[in-house]
Amino acid sequence: MTNAMTQTVARKSFDSPYDLEAPPGAEGWKELYPYNLVFQENLRDKENAKFWFCDSQHWPNVFKPFETVGVEFAVRCLGAFNTRHYIIPPANGIEFRIHNGFCYMSPVAVAPELIGDRVPHFMERAGYYFANWDSLLENWKKKVLGTIEEMDAINFEALPEMVDLEVITSGAGIDPSAKMMADYDRLIQLAYQNWEYHFEFLNLGYVAYLDFFGFCKESFPGIPDLAIARMVQGVDSVLFRPDDELKGLAELAVKLNLAEIFAVHEGAEQRLAAIAASDGGAEWLAAWEKAQEPWFNYTSGNGFYGSDVYWRDNLDLPIGYIKDYVARAARGDVLRRPTDDLIAERDRIVGEYSDFLSGDALATFQGKLGLARTVYPYVEDHNFYIEHWTMGVFWRKVRQLSALFHSYGFWENTDDMLYLTRDEVRPVIFDLATGWGVGADPIGPTYWPAEIERRRGIVAALATARPEPAFNTPPETINEPFTIMLWGITTEQVQQWLAGDDQENPGLKGMAASPGVVEGFARVITGPEQLGELQQGEILVAPVTAPSWGPVFGKITATVTDIGGMMSHAAIVCREYGLPAVTGTGSASTKIKTGMRLRVDGSQGIVTILE
Amino acid sequence: MSIYTFPFDSSETPEHERLGGKCTSLAIMTSAGAPVPPGFAITTDAFDAVMNQTTLREHIARVLDGLDHDDVAEVDTRAAHIRELILTQAVPDDVRDDTIAAYDALMTVCGGEVPVAVRSSATAEDLPDASFAGQQDTYLWITGQQNVLQRVRECWASLYTARAITYRAANGISDEGLSMAVAVQKMVNSRTSGVAMTIDPKNGDRSKIVIDSSWGLGELVVSGEVTPDNFLIDKVLLHVIDRIISDKHEELVPTGHGTVARREVEAERRNSPSLSDEELIAVARLAKSAEKHYGSVQDVEWAIDADLPPGQNVLLLQSRPETVWSQKETPVNYTSGGSGIEAITRSLLAQMGTRT
Repeated sequence: MTNAMTQTVARKSFDSPYDLEAPPGAEGWKELYPYNLVFQENLRDKENAKFWFCDSQHWPNVFKPFETVGVEFAVRCLGAFNTRHYIIPPANGIEFRIHNGFCYMSPVAVAPELIGDRVPHFMERAGYYFANWDSLLENWKKKVLGTIEEMDAINFEALPEMVDLEVITSGAGIDPSAKMMADYDRLIQLAYQNWEYHFEFLNLGYVAYLDFFGFCKESFPGIPDLAIARMVQGVDSVLFRPDDELKGLAELAVKLNLAEIFAVHEGAEQRLAAIAASDGGAEWLAAWEKAQEPWFNYTSGNGFYGSDVYWRDNLDLPIGYIKDYVARAARGDVLRRPTDDLIAERDRIVGEYSDFLSGDALATFQGKLGLARTVYPYVEDHNFYIEHWTMGVFWRKVRQLSALFHSYGFWENTDDMLYLTRDEVRPVIFDLATGWGVGADPIGPTYWPAEIERRRGIVAALATARPEPAFNTPPETINEPFTIMLWGITTEQVQQWLAGDDQENPGLKGMAASPGVVEGFARVITGPEQLGELQQGEILVAPVTAPSWGPVFGKITATVTDIGGMMSHAAIVCREYGLPAVTGTGSASTKIKTGMRLRVDGSQGIVTILE
Repeated sequence: MSIYTFPFDSSETPEHERLGGKCTSLAIMTSAGAPVPPGFAITTDAFDAVMNQTTLREHIARVLDGLDHDDVAEVDTRAAHIRELILTQAVPDDVRDDTIAAYDALMTVCGGEVPVAVRSSATAEDLPDASFAGQQDTYLWITGQQNVLQRVRECWASLYTARAITYRAANGISDEGLSMAVAVQKMVNSRTSGVAMTIDPKNGDRSKIVIDSSWGLGELVVSGEVTPDNFLIDKVLLHVIDRIISDKHEELVPTGHGTVARREVEAERRNSPSLSDEELIAVARLAKSAEKHYGSVQDVEWAIDADLPPGQNVLLLQSRPETVWSQKETPVNYTSGGSGIEAITRSLLAQMGTRT
């Protein structure tokens, strides 16, 4: 890596991935990932001709081999809907690679001479979806829930000593190992299916948003992106329902005089037992049970990592959040998000901009805003159905299978299957089925523990280095609106990365993602497991946040992230909670240290380190 | 609260018959959020107290007794005599004390003794015309308690100019109930001044506020000798969209004695923004409320007063309708106009920089 800080003239290109050494101890890392996901030596020239940016927004941590399933399914399906379903005229999909354990992306443009031919197809196809949005979306929900239900029914169980008598008497003639193999394939296939559905509406949601966005930019040149986002955005997304459920449970606990239990007892088990033994406990427990399906299919991660913990799998999490809410409710704090204020402010903003327009322009403004508001809820809501619910069930089944192999001695830790790629799992199932069928030992227990140890070392070594923000030469201007809107990657941002650290300026610039100005002390959080360290009134500084960090947003006063645009999760959640946010700063989580005093100006996108 | 004085930012309702036209208008503007320079009124009750609690009223009546209003020289002589009486009459202690207290309070707000303007504020048709009093009895750059008290008496005395006396006689207006309020108001000490337009003159975009700003008084900007800082602000969110900081090499500053000094701006200040972000937003807010108040696009002159604390230092000097740009038809040439999938497609292509 060349040292950008010592250079006086801003460089024009980022390093090539081919010139970038892996951290010590990570040698051989490429073999951990599928061949098509790494930069292949024989494609050096071709790959170096493309500009790649790091998507640490969705994949902030090093992939364990199994975990590439998320990026593979998600980004492939994203591309397919642009390229093969709706024929979005100027945009194909996004190529993706893994380098030194992190994810890099490169959007694929459509050659200018081909764009015109795509237009009629786009109009026919996208037009159909816009015209039939509500009924298609209703069907979408059925399809997605059907997938989840089927996935949930999958069970990986130990193979029996002998097949059930029923196999004999029914003349089935097949043993349960066949079902285990089919179930594994089905699990992968079902996850793939819901990732297809994920993008069925999402890209079109962004297209309608961009249409309104473009009109606003023409009507009011220079209008802040934030103003447009606030006009479109709802305040009652399904995505915030899990957190709202916890708040409701906290308020109910206070009302039923159960607050004390949360203060004196530890953990979920103790507290639930104490509640069960209290007057009013039954009423609270009924509400608690009712809230769990589906709302506890919710993770403080982002759904892309096997280590993501889902509330329903670890009740200490929601109970812990409820404990904090109970304490605040008992102090008289208002727990609910300021939805009335947000709606009033949204109406004011829409009203004032409308007043500047008249005639056709006003009618167009209202029409486009109306469509954007129709399609936009999907942009937020889908996250609960796919990233949280679907992936929650998916990872639970993956962990169940991993634990099963662990019980057969295939690996040392219950979750070690994550160190295998998903395609390495099939031979493992066959290995087990063979040993079981033959009546001999499977080979895996003598092979995998050492191999997994080796891989664990490589993944740990990769995690010691932060990813480079980008590779190769950026385009002169970045005008691909999806890249700007979703990743916050602008021409200016890329130039800032190229310039390296500005020693004289004790601050950071990013997206003005949620308005307001606050001063306070920083708490740098690099993963959900650290969320418990946050103290009341601190400013959350993180490489990236997940919307599911909702319960801590009542504690903090502002958010600063390294990556993310106006429509990134941190931006959305901060606007919904009425907190200032600056996103896409590039390096806040490394430049800022816990305890530094900051001034966060979410209206101007500026973070100043005060001391 | 004293009946003799009335701060412009008082929460009480200003009564015209106690404050006179000028002070009432200043108090109404202040309570409406239009930040005029701070100050206070010396009410008609103060004047009445001087007249009624002393022998002044009878004394004046005696001087006017039997006056032939057609005898110009005689009117002049007696008017001068009455004014002399007003200027030398001892003022009742409570009137004097309350006036000094209001003045001291104003100086405290200003962070020390600063020059003020003292102006008469007539209540009714006691004087030939409203502007007459206003123009005639304006004393600028007055410093110090004693000088202010002296100018207040001069304002009171202006009720008895020869012209005023003749006017009342000609129109049958009795001296009964004749009274006068006086405005004492801080002189603006412009650290920074400029204009704010509630439209973007580049394109007629009404969602913007454009602010020009430079150090000191505004004349050098008007004459084109100094290029001001220029800011573009979104009117709805009050976010700064664009800023150009210019080299502002000279400034005009008030000397405190009613004159103005022209001076070089020192190196570290000339290329610094002449408005902080907070001040910028305060100026924008002021322009936006002026536009709302008057119901049309405004061109607002404003100043940042060096003597006043942050939060109170943005002052409105003048607001008038903007007529050049707001009358012009500046239709946007939309590539994203219309609705439906055709418009969406056009707009998508335009944003990708690839128009078909």
